[in-house]
Amino acid sequence: MYDPTVARLTYRALLGRRRALILGALPLLLLVIAVAVRALAGADDQTAADVLGGFALATMVPIIGVIAGTGAIGPEIDDGSVVYLLSKPIKRPTIIFTKLIVAIAVTMVFSAVPTLLAGLILNGNGQQVAVAYTIAALVASIAYAALFLLLGTVSRHAVVFGLVYALVWEALFGSLVPGARTLSVQQWSLAVAQKVADGNLVTSDVGLPTATVLLAGVTVLATWYAGQKLRTLKLAGEE
Amino acid sequence: MTTLNIDHVSRWFGNVVAVNDITMTIGPGVTGLLGPNGAGKSTLINMMGGFLAPSTGSVTLDGQPTWRNEAIYKHIGIVPEREAMYDFLTGREFVLANAELHGLGAKAAHEALATVQMEYAQDRKIATYSKGMRQRVKMASALVHNPSLLLLDEPFNGMDPRQRMQLMDLLRRMGDEGRTVLFSSHILEEVEQLAWHIEVIVAGRHAASGDFRKIRRLMTDRPHRYLVRSSDDRALAAALIADPSTSGIEVDLAEGALRVQAVDFGRFTALLPKVARDHGIRLLTVSPSDESLESVFSYLVAA
Repeated sequence: MYDPTVARLTYRALLGRRRALILGALPLLLLVIAVAVRALAGADDQTAADVLGGFALATMVPIIGVIAGTGAIGPEIDDGSVVYLLSKPIKRPTIIFTKLIVAIAVTMVFSAVPTLLAGLILNGNGQQVAVAYTIAALVASIAYAALFLLLGTVSRHAVVFGLVYALVWEALFGSLVPGARTLSVQQWSLAVAQKVADGNLVTSDVGLPTATVLLAGVTVLATWYAGQKLRTLKLAGEE
Repeated sequence: MTTLNIDHVSRWFGNVVAVNDITMTIGPGVTGLLGPNGAGKSTLINMMGGFLAPSTGSVTLDGQPTWRNEAIYKHIGIVPEREAMYDFLTGREFVLANAELHGLGAKAAHEALATVQMEYAQDRKIATYSKGMRQRVKMASALVHNPSLLLLDEPFNGMDPRQRMQLMDLLRRMGDEGRTVLFSSHILEEVEQLAWHIEVIVAGRHAASGDFRKIRRLMTDRPHRYLVRSSDDRALAAALIADPSTSGIEVDLAEGALRVQAVDFGRFTALLPKVARDHGIRLLTVSPSDESLESVFSYLVAA
C-alpha cells in the first residue's frame, strides 16, 4: 500500500524551494503574531485560544492542507509527468495512499508544530490550550490532506477550489451560518480538541462521536475515490 | 514475441472523433505510425499504452487488455511526447526512481543510462538538459525494465540530426533484438529511415499499411503540381509538354505563371532546368503547390 519511491518523489516535489517558502510563510506569520500578542498583551488563556482557533486552526491549517494536498498530485497531473508513475506495475490506489501519507505528514509538520510552538509562546500551554489546538491541527491535517488530494486528482483548478472551501466555507460561511459548521473539518477537529482542553476555552458545534465518524468517513471515502479516479485518469484529451 | 492488437478501435471526445474504427496488428520489429499533426496518433498511442479507454473496440497486448491493467506495464516501456519530467531530479535519480518503481535497482538504472549514452550528464538536474538529452533520459526510463514493447510518441521532435541518428540506431537495435517498437511521426523521412513497416493514419482513419517502399511509391508517384514563373512562360510550356513526364500545363494569366502537373516526379525535376537552359529561358519561380504533408496524405487516402 505504500511505495517509498513514490513517497520520495512526492516529498521532493512538495518541498521544492518555492513551495517550501509558501508552506513556511503562514507558520512564520503565526509565530510572529504569537510573539507580538504575548509581548503586548501578556499571557492570557482566552487570547491564546482566540489566536489559535481564529488564525491557526481556521485559516493556517486548511491553507497548508490545500497546498500540501493538491500539491502532492495536482502539478504532476497538470504537466503530464504523472505518466511516469502510472506506466508502472503499481496499483493506482497505492500511489494515492502513498501521496496521502506524504501530504498528511507535510501538513502536520507545517501546521501542528507551529500551532504548538505558538501556543507555548502565547500562554505556556495554560489550561492545555496549546496541546488541544495542536491535536485539532493534527486531526484536521489528516482530513484536509485527503480532501485536497482528491481535489488535486479530479480538478485542474484544485488550488482555487481548495482555497474557496478553506476560506469561504470554513472561515466565513461557518461563522455566519450555524448549519454549515456541522459540515466543517474545523469543527470536527475542534470536537476532538474540546476533550483535551480544560474549561470552556475550546468548543465545537459537533459532538465527539459524530465528529469522529465524519472525520474517518471523509478521509477514507476521499482516498478511495481518488484511487478510483487515478485508475481511469485520462492523460490524452488535447487532440 | 509481443504482439499488440488493435481491434476496431474508435475514440471520440464529445463530438470529435479522434480515432475512427482502426484495426491493426503491431508485431516485433520497428513500426512507424505516420500521419499529419492532429491525425489521432497520440490518441492511438495513449490507448495502446493504457492511458485512455477506447470508446469502442479493444486494445490488447498478447491477449491482455492494456486499459485498467497495471500489470501490463511490466512489458511496456513508454516514451511520452510531453516534455514534463521530474525536473528537480538529476538524470540518474530520475532513471533510478523509474527502476525502483519496477522493483529494480541501481544496476538496471545504470545500464539504461549507458544504453542511451547519458552517463556523462547523469548527475546534472534534468531542468538543465537540452531537448535531446531529455529525450534520451526518457528513453532510459522506458528501457530500464527491459520491456518487450516500446511505445514512442514523436520521439524525434526537436532533436538535432546527430541525436536523431543516435536514437534511430538505438531503436533499430531494439527492433533487431526482437522487441516490438512503435513510434509515431509526422515526418515521412524519419519513418522511412527507420521503420520496417508503416501504418499511416489520416484524420483518425487507417489510411495505409505495409512496407515503406510501397507507401513511398504511392506517395511519390502521385501527380505533382508546380507553380513556375519564367522569362518566357509559353515557350517553356511548349518545351515541357513535349516530354512524357508532364501531363498538363495551364497558363495562369492572373498569376502570371504556369501551373504544371508532372506525373514522373524524378524525371520532371531533372527535365525542368535542362529544358530552360536549352531554350535560353530563365526560371524565376519554381514552387511545388501541393507538397504539404496533408495533401500527400489526402492523396493516399483517395488512392
